[in-house]
Amino acid sequence: MHTAAGVEARLPIRSDMDLVWVRQHVRQAAALLGFGLVDQTKLVTAASELARNTLVHGGGGRMEAAHVTTTGGIDGLRLTFSDSGPGIVDLDRALSDGYTSGGGLGMGLGGARRLVHDFAVDSAPGSGTTVRVTSWVSRPPRPREGV
Amino acid sequence: MSEEFSRPVAGHVPVLRLGDVLLVTLQGDLHDSTAHRLQQDLSETIARSGVGGVVIDISGVEIVDSFLGRVLAEIAAQTELLAARTVVAGMRPAVAITLVELGLTLPGLRTALTTEAAMELLAQPVVSSRSGGRREESP
Repeated sequence: MHTAAGVEARLPIRSDMDLVWVRQHVRQAAALLGFGLVDQTKLVTAASELARNTLVHGGGGRMEAAHVTTTGGIDGLRLTFSDSGPGIVDLDRALSDGYTSGGGLGMGLGGARRLVHDFAVDSAPGSGTTVRVTSWVSRPPRPREGV
Repeated sequence: MSEEFSRPVAGHVPVLRLGDVLLVTLQGDLHDSTAHRLQQDLSETIARSGVGGVVIDISGVEIVDSFLGRVLAEIAAQTELLAARTVVAGMRPAVAITLVELGLTLPGLRTALTTEAAMELLAQPVVSSRSGGRREESP
């Protein structure tokens, strides 16, 4: 693939200006990998939620974007948000809708999970938080050959 | 105060007055601080000018996350308390799909497909849902 250059990135998340860069990069990378408009919008929105968590709850951190492929040759975009903040004490609670520790609507983490295909959180009190999400470029279903 | 308002500042969203309505057009990618500032500017302008409605055109906005969604809902609630109504116009279909999946259906928010439709909506007499008053239901 020739898209790696425009997809791979490591961006700091230190201010609300950085949130704008994160959204712009994810939009560009998703478009490059062939995501449709709705899927691009979902990915950028999820990235915005997660980057804001990194900034507000994690005290800042970074996002890494990577191009991944399945063995079946399907392209995906993997985004990893990490911080060395206080970590998440009760992950189940943090993922539930309406729960907030930061004065938001409490839709960030649980909402972001619904907007992507794969979602993993690694966090422990005192040791920071890493959230990794991946979405795959969906192709329209078509009949198998030779059926 | 009005001077402060007309001064072009980085990260400042212009608020236009059209008769009894304030028109705000959001474009591109908004900083959090810009959205917060708009929220403040709008309430001050409504209180000062006594307009009856606000139209926020978001047709140029590519994503609405929970932060911007909350700001829009808060603007609508604030204007309601200041005796005005807010209509959010021109939401992109992809944004609507994403908001629902995110879990943000923003039930209190009035919407219209275009700015023109929003202006028409605001021109209609107020039907208060708050007082629990008569609301015409279709059979």
